[in-house]
Amino acid sequence: MQPVIEVANLTKRYRRAEANAVDGISFTVAPGELLALLGPNGAGKTTTISILTTRLAPTSGTVRVVGHNVVSEASAVRKNVGIIFQNPSLDLNLTAEENVRFHTILYGLYPFRPTFSTMSRRYQQQVHDLSVVLGLEGDIFKPVKTFSSGMKRKLEIIRSLIHQPRVLFLDEPTTGLDAASRRNLWEYLKLAREKDGTTFFLTTHNLEEAEQADTICIIDKGRIVSYGTPPQIKANLIEEYLLVDANDRERLRGELMGLALSFSETPLFKINLNGHSAYQVIRSIDTPLTTVKIHAPTLEDAYLAIVENS
Amino acid sequence: MELNVILAIAYRDLIKFGRDPARLISSFVFPVLFIGVFGPTLQANLGADAGYDFLVFTFTGIFAQTLFSSSAQGIVSLIEDRENDFSQEIFVSPISRYSIVFGKIMGESLVALPQGAAIIIFGVLIGVSLSASQLVGLTLAALAACLFGGAFGLVVLANLSSQRAANQIFPFLTIPQFFLAGVFTPIKVLPAYLDILSRISPMRYAVDLARGLFYEGQPEYPKVVLQDPLTNLVIIAAMFGLFLVAGTFLFARSERNR
Repeated sequence: MQPVIEVANLTKRYRRAEANAVDGISFTVAPGELLALLGPNGAGKTTTISILTTRLAPTSGTVRVVGHNVVSEASAVRKNVGIIFQNPSLDLNLTAEENVRFHTILYGLYPFRPTFSTMSRRYQQQVHDLSVVLGLEGDIFKPVKTFSSGMKRKLEIIRSLIHQPRVLFLDEPTTGLDAASRRNLWEYLKLAREKDGTTFFLTTHNLEEAEQADTICIIDKGRIVSYGTPPQIKANLIEEYLLVDANDRERLRGELMGLALSFSETPLFKINLNGHSAYQVIRSIDTPLTTVKIHAPTLEDAYLAIVENS
Repeated sequence: MELNVILAIAYRDLIKFGRDPARLISSFVFPVLFIGVFGPTLQANLGADAGYDFLVFTFTGIFAQTLFSSSAQGIVSLIEDRENDFSQEIFVSPISRYSIVFGKIMGESLVALPQGAAIIIFGVLIGVSLSASQLVGLTLAALAACLFGGAFGLVVLANLSSQRAANQIFPFLTIPQFFLAGVFTPIKVLPAYLDILSRISPMRYAVDLARGLFYEGQPEYPKVVLQDPLTNLVIIAAMFGLFLVAGTFLFARSERNR
């Protein structure tokens, strides 16, 4: 199947910058896939998503979204994508519905009308349905100024889905949201995915969020440092080991060598498990142990280690 | 032609203006203050020597200046949108940059025109006599001033990076034009260096067009008007086109090439 997003050797250097913000990255995203671009602050996530959404000109490399080049066919790309920005891009002087109406006119869905009641029935129905799904039906005619951050995000989702984009880009969408709003947001996005088969491209520095993706692409300092499904990334990254110690360290050392276990002294004896079960290893040691610790790093530890080493 | 988009962008400006009481009040108070203070003051001190009524002179000058400045200032508010991240929403939509700019200029013109109407009403109240043909003339001049001011604002905007820069630089570009354009001071005779500055002040042509159409057929015409309305209109049209194309190009580029 033709990928929805194709990025080849993408590089961006900002004017007067000394290093590339994005440094020759390549990847593809299949239709209906949810890809999470994960990385620390300043890794190049927002730069990448800005180029993919035609808001920023690349320095070199090619990017095609829904089959169109983001530089030479920007308008065709824009028609087919939806974007939820890092900072809410709502007009605070307008009501929620006015923001949505403005959006539908920009995307050529409906002709301009000055009020909600003069818009077409279909539009009124669409706004009503989406606001019910997102729990905003009571607030849709209120000024956005009065909205909480969670409500603003919901409104942005309504707005970004109303033109039924093929790809929805989300730039750190849950920043500044509380746990409940975050969970809600994810539920709605899942719904949209199931219903319309929308492709999702998400940037985040939150691992829990990235774990919900089909594919994780970890970038740091503008380069891809790891790429794969969440279980693959975990398998590549996570190193399990055992920390043990004994009063008779000489004897323990001899015994570990005899068992042909790979270990180092840190000064505790650090035994790499390499697939052995911790229980079996401990049982095979006769020297009385004074310390036993099993270390199984989380995805977060692994991610931090990768990012620090890159 | 993305007419719906242009209308929507223009309408948004009108709504915002209607919901901003502070701007609503100040936009009516300033011109009234200027005409009410400068007109009678100049008339009392210089009117007899000049051979024309300074109240009327100031009225026509402030009329064109207000529409020009209001429209220009309104366009600069695109910077505010940029800082509120709202411009992202407009810039990622599949519409032409010209539609954005044109919608914005139209919106700011719609915001400026009620101010023009208020100035005319105020003028009549304080004794400016106005014939039907003069009213038509002023209306035409008003439209030209709004569109021209909007295009001027666009060029200024394209070269500014922040609201702070706009607040500091914009007065430098408009206040000298009050004098170079002869809004309330006569500029029939100017030293050479000021004459050059005056001729490159866009506001001059908007003000002179309004006066040319207002004083048409009046005995004061040769004393007040600098050049005939048609010449002004041609210069305005040429500058408008230039500002629009250059401004849109620079503005779109500053958004994308960072």
